[in-house]
Amino acid sequence: MNELRGILTSTVTRLLGTEVTKESLQEAEAGTWPAALWDALEGNGLTRPLVPEAQGGAGGTWEDAHVLLHAAGRFAAPVPLAETILASALLSSAHLEVPDGPLTVAPVRPGETLALAAAGGWRLSGTVTRVPWGDAAARVAVVAPVDGRVHLALVDPALAARTPDRNLALEPRDTLAFDRTPVDAAVPLTDGDAAWRLGALVRAVQMAGALDALLEQSVRYANERVQFGRPIGKFQAVQQQLAVLAEHVAAADLAAQVACRAAGRGDATFEIAAAKVRAGDAARVGTGIAHQVHGAIGFTYEHALHFSTRRLWAWRAEFGGETHWAEALGRAALARGAAALWPDVTAR
Amino acid sequence: MSTFTFEPCELPESAQALRADVRAFLRAALAGHPPVLCARSWMGFDPAFSRLLGARGWIGMTWPTRYGGHERSAFERYVVLEEMLAAGAPVAAHWIADRQSGPLLLRFGTEEQRQRYLPAITRGERFFCIGMSEPDSGSDLASIRTRAVRTDGGFVVNGTKVWTSMAHACHHMIALFRTTVDANDKHAGLSQFIVDLDTPGIAIRPIRNLAGEDHFDEVVFTDVFVPADALVGTEGQGWAQVNAELAFERSGPERYLSCVQLLIELVRELAGDPSERAAVGVGRLLAHLATLRQMSLSVAGMLEQGRNPALEASVVKDLGVAFEQDLPGAAQELLDVEPLAAGGSDVQQVLGYLTQIAPSFSLRGGTREILRGIIARGLGLR
Repeated sequence: MNELRGILTSTVTRLLGTEVTKESLQEAEAGTWPAALWDALEGNGLTRPLVPEAQGGAGGTWEDAHVLLHAAGRFAAPVPLAETILASALLSSAHLEVPDGPLTVAPVRPGETLALAAAGGWRLSGTVTRVPWGDAAARVAVVAPVDGRVHLALVDPALAARTPDRNLALEPRDTLAFDRTPVDAAVPLTDGDAAWRLGALVRAVQMAGALDALLEQSVRYANERVQFGRPIGKFQAVQQQLAVLAEHVAAADLAAQVACRAAGRGDATFEIAAAKVRAGDAARVGTGIAHQVHGAIGFTYEHALHFSTRRLWAWRAEFGGETHWAEALGRAALARGAAALWPDVTAR
Repeated sequence: MSTFTFEPCELPESAQALRADVRAFLRAALAGHPPVLCARSWMGFDPAFSRLLGARGWIGMTWPTRYGGHERSAFERYVVLEEMLAAGAPVAAHWIADRQSGPLLLRFGTEEQRQRYLPAITRGERFFCIGMSEPDSGSDLASIRTRAVRTDGGFVVNGTKVWTSMAHACHHMIALFRTTVDANDKHAGLSQFIVDLDTPGIAIRPIRNLAGEDHFDEVVFTDVFVPADALVGTEGQGWAQVNAELAFERSGPERYLSCVQLLIELVRELAGDPSERAAVGVGRLLAHLATLRQMSLSVAGMLEQGRNPALEASVVKDLGVAFEQDLPGAAQELLDVEPLAAGGSDVQQVLGYLTQIAPSFSLRGGTREILRGIIARGLGLR
């Protein structure tokens, strides 16, 4: 682990480990913006790991960003840390200035498009739904075509007509309606799919973090909860299930790490698709096991387990679920043919 | 909670360079091999092929040159193994000696044993099998009863080993025998031996498997004399030695690639299928395959660093066999064809063969339940 990654890991673990509690998560779900937590994250330089140092970022790689995204998932941080990391990366790689404050991206739903037109400066029109933290964000990094060429623009969501919405984890997923809304800046993009693809990457890493939290909570509970005169973790039926959970956690985690490594090198579509599929499968199996081991107490709002499981159920679908990314992988493999299958796997 | 440490592992340039040589060799050596033969993968026993590999320096690759090895890295060996498996090369003859018996002798064997066996293994001339299970001892391996009793100049062995892969075609068995009986500690008093399988008193009887193959055997020992210098390592330390050996057995790429021929045939069959169903089905399998390969590589990286990845190897084996065991069923759903033992198309035969042998994947080398028990211990539950 390099020096930057070590610092980021210890700082984010200490900060989220102390600031994110069951109580603070419940308050966030009730609609309170955790300003102190956000200020601490920003103040400690944890929100823009991929922005060059000259632009006020940490000048890191996706592997450095990984430790922050993983922690955001593991602690269920109720702030748009992942979205800000994603948006700031897109902005700085497009050579746009990265503003302060929480950021997000749009559109995030397949089939939704915004229109950008030059009319006395760039104007943005159209409606996007389920924008993560669309209401809390200071700015939205928006992907929109101009005469068929995809551009990245920066817009203030306060200028949009906003309708609040939530995902299953009660994280804000807002509708923003733009109508000839002026934007701060707009530049053409060479890679029009980057926001969608890297969105899947950040969710895959967050999911690996949330899966890690599932395992940690489940093993702890199995060692504490006594039935038939001994901790339930002493029963083989429970041990076998927790072993399966641990396997899926390990697989999702490595797939996400490999995808982050690939993202720093060039075309990472294959690895990101594999990571999102693997994380989704692990979430499907893992949430079931974690709840089974926890019994009825894990099914209450009082218990903290659902902060991890509800996020996994929501994130599994965001920026494309297993079906979407498996289809992309499968179409590419079928187009390349049988003889290329193994050479393509080993070229990665 | 970081109980398991899987880190992305980078294959060095030298290992990647070797890959092209291995592929070129395999293209020539396996030209004309039908897919159903390739699907046998590391069950395919071909002494002539093993000798060819020995001549190329691809057996005992990491071993010291003084024992016939080539002192290459664990990564270079890994590349050769995964290319052999992906191509469906018949590697069974030398596989066990290369993977387990050789490393066991390097670790615990005497200098005389190493000189005697290792160079012949690296030439692809001496084949080993593993005598562990007995009729009443499967997963409860420490309950074995085959006795090796001290006599003049060695031991006399009586008992039965079973499910011993390819014993009828191998020269030697690394056998686990009970040398002393301790009623209070079944793990004590076990010892490992190198047994020459042509020793008088050994009767080998093939046991036909459900696919009609004579792959594994029953091996009966009746007053078999085993010389004292056939003892491997320390008398009574067999349990610890066997567990070290099993870490090697569980760590390799063969634990997720047993059905890779079927995946390749599946892609061949579906290449012209524009349906979403075909693409999603293939893509999902590919996502799992690619992740398992990265996990397997990560374990190889730990071995190269001299770490002990016994837990991680168990994770990869259990996940890997779950994948390869699921693959025939998934492929049948996507193709909607009948699996066949003979006749029909290539893909029907490959499917037919792998459907039948898939149940063995989660039995050989430690059952699913045993592996999950090991993982649960690693989690602090036992």
